[in-house]
Amino acid sequence: MNDVARLTLLDRVEISAAWLLGIIWLMPLLYAFWAGFHPPEYATRLDLLAPLTLENFAEAWSQAPFARFYLNTFILVTSILIVQFILCTLAAYAFARFEFWGKDVAFVLVLVQLMIMPEVLIVENYSTMSSLNLVDTIAGIGLPYMASAFGIFLLRQTFKTIPKELEDAARIEGCSVLQILWKVYVPLARPTYLAYGLVSVSYHWNNFLWPLIITNSVETRPLTVGLAIFGAPESGVDWSVISAATLLAVAPLLVAFLLFQRQFVQSFMQAGIK
Amino acid sequence: MNHVYGWLLLLPAAVFLLAFTHYPTVATLMQSFFSESTALRPSVFVGLENYELLAEDEIFWKVLNNNLWYAAGTIPTSIAIAILMAIWVNRRLPGRGLVRMAYFTPTILPMIAVANIWLFFYTPEIGLFDQIGAVFGMPSQNWLGDPDLVLGSLIVMTIWKEAGFFMIFYLAALQSLPPELEEAAHLEGAGRWYFFWRVTFPLLMPTTLFVMINAVINSFKMVDHLFILTKGGPDNASSLLLYYIFEVAFSFFDESYAATLTVVLLVLLAVIAVGQFVLMDKRIHYR
Repeated sequence: MNDVARLTLLDRVEISAAWLLGIIWLMPLLYAFWAGFHPPEYATRLDLLAPLTLENFAEAWSQAPFARFYLNTFILVTSILIVQFILCTLAAYAFARFEFWGKDVAFVLVLVQLMIMPEVLIVENYSTMSSLNLVDTIAGIGLPYMASAFGIFLLRQTFKTIPKELEDAARIEGCSVLQILWKVYVPLARPTYLAYGLVSVSYHWNNFLWPLIITNSVETRPLTVGLAIFGAPESGVDWSVISAATLLAVAPLLVAFLLFQRQFVQSFMQAGIK
Repeated sequence: MNHVYGWLLLLPAAVFLLAFTHYPTVATLMQSFFSESTALRPSVFVGLENYELLAEDEIFWKVLNNNLWYAAGTIPTSIAIAILMAIWVNRRLPGRGLVRMAYFTPTILPMIAVANIWLFFYTPEIGLFDQIGAVFGMPSQNWLGDPDLVLGSLIVMTIWKEAGFFMIFYLAALQSLPPELEEAAHLEGAGRWYFFWRVTFPLLMPTTLFVMINAVINSFKMVDHLFILTKGGPDNASSLLLYYIFEVAFSFFDESYAATLTVVLLVLLAVIAVGQFVLMDKRIHYR
């Protein structure tokens, strides 16, 4: 094991291959940056002397109400996150620390949602939303996702690891059930909230199918839906502008990811492994 | 008292789950036995008529077939690439953090944005694939317009999108393997290739199983890219089951038939769930 510093030929080949794969994996994004920041005539050819420009971004911004799409996505993502945190915390506490009638059956019924995601039930959920008069509202986009089996499961696992003595101590101090939850469990589960929060925000920032179905006006459409309509081939917009618009749509999440890379990777991992 | 508290705490989440998961699941099943209501004729019970329609619907069989090929095309390859990535990122590698970031980045990009960029890559003549092909003297291809190529093109893009996500699970699994194993194998004179197939790969089996189930579910619910790239065409050559459900429900406005198709999807997901349960039960090296 002392010769790790010396690289054999095989090592070099492997390292090059790893890098090559990395470059291939970044290509689509690199291309979007290239096309987005250069004039349209350079969209299809690589020329290191090509002038840089922000023209495409200005063009994209003026052709579609991106400010409104940002606002819609922001409202959607934050409201889903807040309600998810509340609902999942309460339910997870029930499953982690209370013995109640029908608990096991209820838990299985919750887990059903892990398999039958709201995406699959678009037809019936659309009729539900129209009978509730919620078609084309941001609430309509968010409601099917508010109670998340995944969040309940994740938080339940975390709550179960918290020593019961802490709860007993709080009870002796005279805390009510909700106070115990708020003062003991929630603070100790902070890493789980962060992990779940990152996954939830990424998921709903990127979600498309259901928002597409349930919205039909600028006032409610999130970024992904706005981008899809904007980028449709029949709209006749050129690649440079589409690339700029695509970068606009992914920028906030991408920047957050680059800044908090480790946290993102770990959250996705923790969330996946459960 | 505990019964009351338990249920009170669960109640808010339960209401949402009942309204948007359990009720629609049951309602979908019910509706598949009824005819589509029109202005002139209300919805009536038709028994299995919708299912007979389904059995004779060539498009349904085509999209189901597509979906199976899509799954078969994406899953093994993206798992193989994910394992390779994890092994590379787990060893000493100059610029490891950067490489890992490159692999993982597709995971956080929305499918719609990804499709926009790949749409350009697949464009005949000027797109990246044709430009690279031209260097090697290959003729221009209509990647998304040729029924023989379109599904393969989508598979390539999906592998790119998913491999980095699967990588992180393998990375976690690799890091949890005791380093003594490799040292022992090294002392025994086992080559890396031998060590991988005889030791690492079997120990990664639970991860592979977990990733595989995720990948199968994804192959049935990921359809966003179709809206940008192909709209299911040409001639449904790239359409997938969920996309077809969308078309039937929201372009052809046939809710009953869309419900019938949804039942098929639900049954498929249920089979996966049962399969997962049985397989996970037999897990050997898990935790």
